Amino acid sequence: MKAAIIVFPGSNCDRDIAVSFRNVAKIEPKMVWHKETHIPDCNIIIVPGGFSFGDYLRCGSIAANSPIMREVIKKSKEGFPIIGICNGFQILTETRLLPGTLIRNNCLSFICKTTKLSVVNNRTYFSQKYFESQIIDIPIAHNEGNYFANDEIIKELEDNNQIAFKYCDEDGNFSNDANPNGSLKNIAGIINKKGNVLGMMPHPERATNRLSRLNDGENFFLSIAETLQ
Amino acid sequence: MKIYVKIMPKEGVLDPQGKAIENSLKQLGFTDVQEARQGKIVELNLDIKNEEDALALTREMSERLLANMVIEDFEISIIKDDL
Repeated sequence: MKAAIIVFPGSNCDRDIAVSFRNVAKIEPKMVWHKETHIPDCNIIIVPGGFSFGDYLRCGSIAANSPIMREVIKKSKEGFPIIGICNGFQILTETRLLPGTLIRNNCLSFICKTTKLSVVNNRTYFSQKYFESQIIDIPIAHNEGNYFANDEIIKELEDNNQIAFKYCDEDGNFSNDANPNGSLKNIAGIINKKGNVLGMMPHPERATNRLSRLNDGENFFLSIAETLQ
Repeated sequence: MKIYVKIMPKEGVLDPQGKAIENSLKQLGFTDVQEARQGKIVELNLDIKNEEDALALTREMSERLLANMVIEDFEISIIKDDL
């Protein structure tokens, strides 16, 4: 089993996610440079977090048009599992593999903290090891994580059960206070209609290490391992 | 041919940067400011003589890369170099 991790200039979560894949999911990571025009033999593709191309123009916009992303788009159409985390989520919305977009946090500042997420949909390739509405602690670290889409898209996401994770309080309520960045409907992560593409702002790879006292991200990687088996 | 592409957040899309500018201007005593919005301008130099072709190409570039049509609108102006 192999995971292809796409690396752009400015990616900075690529090594962390490689460690989580190797240690938790027992899936061997393979780094793929953005200029490559071919995805090596693998079972899943990850677009990691960071500041690809310095966030020039709009977060993720330059990376979305890089040679490797053309291949990622092709793979997604074949139903291949693809994950974008943080900047990776921004890149996947810029490629239009996922609907909507991520705008500046409504508080106007970079947020780096552990948030509570509710697993809204635990019947995805990436979340079946959690129970439904389970509340998990996963860190966020972003300046543009405020999910935005028009009413039509939001309705579609809700009707098709495409919202995977939402920010919540400790009782699982989707309150304004528990919403760190102003995301519509407290959205933290969504899947595409087919269910093979996931984008999320929180970093499960930062919650797979007992030393950091956060391990709620482990089931994320174990879900993927189970899916790919 | 020189072209400006003005990219602005769509009406109704939260523009926190514009809001911050608006608040700051008000704090400076510019009480007439009702609203401030922030966008960006991209200046392009195209090796094209025909205006129609230049506009069509810029429109395509704007839709594909320069603007995110989910949250932004764009306006193209050709800069006349008649000095």
